[in-house]
Amino acid sequence: MTAVPDAKPMIEIRDVHKYYGDYHALRGINAVINAGEFFSLLGPSGCGKTTLLRTIAGFEDISSGAILIDGKDMHEVPANRRPTNMVFQSYAIFPHLTVEQNVGFGLRKDPRSPAEKAKAVAEALAMVGLTGFGTRAAHALSGGQRQRVALARALILKPKVLLLDEPLSALDKKMRETMQEELIKLQRQVGITFILVTHDQEEALVMSDRIAVMFEGEIAQLDDPETLYRRPNSRRVAEFIGVMNFVPGKVLSETAGRIELDVQGLGRCQIAPAQAPAGGRATGEISVGFRPETLTILYEGQAASDRECMGTIAEVVYFGDMTYYDVKLDGVDRPVRLSMRNVPGRPVLDLGVRTRIAWSPGALVLFR
Amino acid sequence: MKFPWLRVYSWLYLVFLFAPVFLLPLFAFNAGTVIAFPLQGFSLKWFAALLDNESLHEAVRNSLTIAITVSVVSTTLGIFAARAATRYDFRGKGPMIGLIMLPLVMPEVILAVALLVVFLQIALPLGMLAIILGHILVCTPFCIAILNGAFLSLDKSLEEAAYDLGETRISTFRLIILPLVMPGIISSLLIAFIISLDEFIMAFFVGGTTVTLPIYIFSQLRFPAGLPVIMALGTILVCLSILLLSIAEYVRRRGVARTGAKDTGGFL
Amino acid sequence: MPDSAKGGRFTRSQAFSGYVMISPPFIYAVLMLGAPLLAVIILSFLTDGSGAERIIRQFTTANYVEALGDPLNRLLWMRSVFVSLMVTLATVILAFPIAYYISFVVRPEKKSLWLFLITIPFWTSYLIRVFLWKVILGYSGVVNSALLGLGLIDEPLQWINYNVGAVILTLAHAYAPFAILPIFVALEKIDRSLLEAGQDLGESKAMTFLRVTLPLAMPGVIGATLIVFIPTVGDYVTPQLVGGPEGRLIANMIQLQFLKLDNYPLGSAISVITMVIVGVISLLFLLANRRFLRGQR
Ligand SMILES: Nc1ncnc2c1ncn2[C@@H]1O[C@H](COP(=O)(O)OP(=O)(O)OP(=O)(O)O)[C@@H](O)[C@H]1O
Ligand SMILES: [Mg+2]
Repeated sequence: MTAVPDAKPMIEIRDVHKYYGDYHALRGINAVINAGEFFSLLGPSGCGKTTLLRTIAGFEDISSGAILIDGKDMHEVPANRRPTNMVFQSYAIFPHLTVEQNVGFGLRKDPRSPAEKAKAVAEALAMVGLTGFGTRAAHALSGGQRQRVALARALILKPKVLLLDEPLSALDKKMRETMQEELIKLQRQVGITFILVTHDQEEALVMSDRIAVMFEGEIAQLDDPETLYRRPNSRRVAEFIGVMNFVPGKVLSETAGRIELDVQGLGRCQIAPAQAPAGGRATGEISVGFRPETLTILYEGQAASDRECMGTIAEVVYFGDMTYYDVKLDGVDRPVRLSMRNVPGRPVLDLGVRTRIAWSPGALVLFR
Repeated sequence: MKFPWLRVYSWLYLVFLFAPVFLLPLFAFNAGTVIAFPLQGFSLKWFAALLDNESLHEAVRNSLTIAITVSVVSTTLGIFAARAATRYDFRGKGPMIGLIMLPLVMPEVILAVALLVVFLQIALPLGMLAIILGHILVCTPFCIAILNGAFLSLDKSLEEAAYDLGETRISTFRLIILPLVMPGIISSLLIAFIISLDEFIMAFFVGGTTVTLPIYIFSQLRFPAGLPVIMALGTILVCLSILLLSIAEYVRRRGVARTGAKDTGGFL
Repeated sequence: MPDSAKGGRFTRSQAFSGYVMISPPFIYAVLMLGAPLLAVIILSFLTDGSGAERIIRQFTTANYVEALGDPLNRLLWMRSVFVSLMVTLATVILAFPIAYYISFVVRPEKKSLWLFLITIPFWTSYLIRVFLWKVILGYSGVVNSALLGLGLIDEPLQWINYNVGAVILTLAHAYAPFAILPIFVALEKIDRSLLEAGQDLGESKAMTFLRVTLPLAMPGVIGATLIVFIPTVGDYVTPQLVGGPEGRLIANMIQLQFLKLDNYPLGSAISVITMVIVGVISLLFLLANRRFLRGQR
């Protein structure tokens, strides 16, 4: 993951609340989004991602709090005078205009000469790989092409912030992956702050510098993708991003530098305080999480690099490059999920096989 | 394959629907003076008779004035109503729209009677203006029904996109909304025009001594001698209606094609 | 409520813009529809005058007593309702198969052509259309000429013209598109996979139609019923032209009171009673529909 280029704040969201009638859609959002950052809002349907994005764009008013863009309070600044532009989920390509007219739409009041504007349009089209499509009717475009037109149309105005509301959700899987890469490249190229709304955790992980995970109108965690994945601060975030196994455990002792645990089935171990990102001190019953890929099946003759335990294969799901196993670990009530990359010399194990499994205390996450 | 009952029925039904329309030219070009079979041979004299008939010409002038005014005003009112109905939420919207659409499901005699009573009360002279006011009432719901469809198929994010790209509300309306609903507007204009041109009851009640085309036709239906001329007139009117409807349909389809939307068929 | 209290331009102006937008047509409807209907109701309680003073501003229920007491009016109401119900029944029953045909059999790209064809006759001069039915059904009309010509009858049939039946036929023709379109729209909305599911679950085609298609088309049928029933009650041209003396309906009486006898209060009372009758019957339709829909569940 790239580091944040420079830490100059572009958008500051301060304790923003939003009500729709009685419905409390945003419940005290605080966030600082830096200039040039690729920022994502990630969360399940109905959590308020679109609402937050639209308050930044100026389509929705906030009930309380403040939104600052480039240091200026946006209160009472309407959408058409904010330094933001939006790429809509439906792309909102004007169907009665050509591609060129769509891309040049925002330049109507631009004082430049028609020739200069035409050049700007051509450049914008080139940037999104649509050179030569200028005179096409907008409704005769494919989904991916519409997406590009929408991008070019927004970027041609050189906004300080580009807002994208689930821009890839209408595309098929292949196209989506292509566009993800292109969006990342484009963002690096233009250096504009991107705020992307998505409910697809993979997409957010792949594309973003930082991600805000939202549930029910609140930001549950705001971190870079790696931290979010390795150190989720709640079970909810952990379950929303990827797969995580949970087993019960106990905190035996806690000192400044170490937490001593007794984990069901895995036994006693020590972890670092950073592995308890939810913070706080607690003793007694807790829950311990680990990702499927942090467990490794040990084949004949392989030695464990760290710790090991025994388990029985309860379910096998073959995925081509990967195989997922549900394994009943000795001493653990519920089976845990484990994933192995398929490489030559590592046969896929059958149901009911008993096997040794390696794990590492460093991969554990503690949830209170 | 089974006997295609449904298809046969549908074609028979079409014959039933079109029977009067097909008869019309038969009698219009018929040389005989009675509207009955057998036909008496081809003649254009009834059309020629239309040319020098001053009272008919006046009725046509009146009807055209009324129909054009009505179609413009009704469509304008319809645009407001359809826009309000499809884009904004406010308390009392349902009942308000309901009242506006009410003439669609009211016995027309009652509408006419009610207007007559009020016009007499406020001493509005019966005549052209009264007919226009009445026809607007009758036509507006049809315009709204047509325009609603046009406005409904308008994606809200198109407006937001234009606004986001720096346009104002008004320029957004001009640059985006108006061009996209234009087919609906044209259909609405044409349909209101046709309805007004053909409306009889309202004009009969509140028209005073003003003669519109339907009133003229109605008065002539009582005189057997005038009937063949009316058939000729009717033939022309039918052709006009079909022409206007075809234009409306063509514009609608082209609009559908131009915006790449799916054709969901028909007006209303 | 924090939102509306502090609320900013965009949301607050949403409702505001809505009112601005709706007001021209709404004010028009209030002035040209609401106020006149109210005036008719008020007028129906005033006294008829004569000469210069047409209406005497004196409250009375005499008009209602007179209107309801007149056996001719009662006959006309009954006949109007009967004719309208028959017209509605005939129109809807005739319309259903064709709506079904267009929705289920006709290929999608041909659908709008069919709808277009069906609406064309509706847009051609109403008076002439009605008159032509007279020509078709008349003493020496198309039907009689044809039957005579074929030697099927010796004398022209008289029972096919100038009666209630002719009125029903003519109105069923006039309101055909009004019945077809709502039913078509309802049928179009039916998810085709539901029907396949029905047959998949072992229902026969006929049973699928009865248990799936028909109930789902019911809102359209009710819409068609209302949109045909209500205006036909107010039609007076058709009865006058093709109805003959016993084809006269209540609308003819209203016209008589207002335009010939100049008795506005009595005419208003008759109109109000007619509106009430229409309203009550329409409500019954709607209630029957609701009961029907509930029964389905
Ligand atoms: N105009 C509105 N009026 C009332 N409630 C609204 C309005 N817009 C959104 N909401 C509600 O606010 C909540 C958040 O909506 P929002 O569209 O922000 O969700 P989202 O996170 O974008 O979900 P999705 O992934 O489904 O797009 C939802 O419960 C929604 O029902
Ligand atoms: Mg959303």
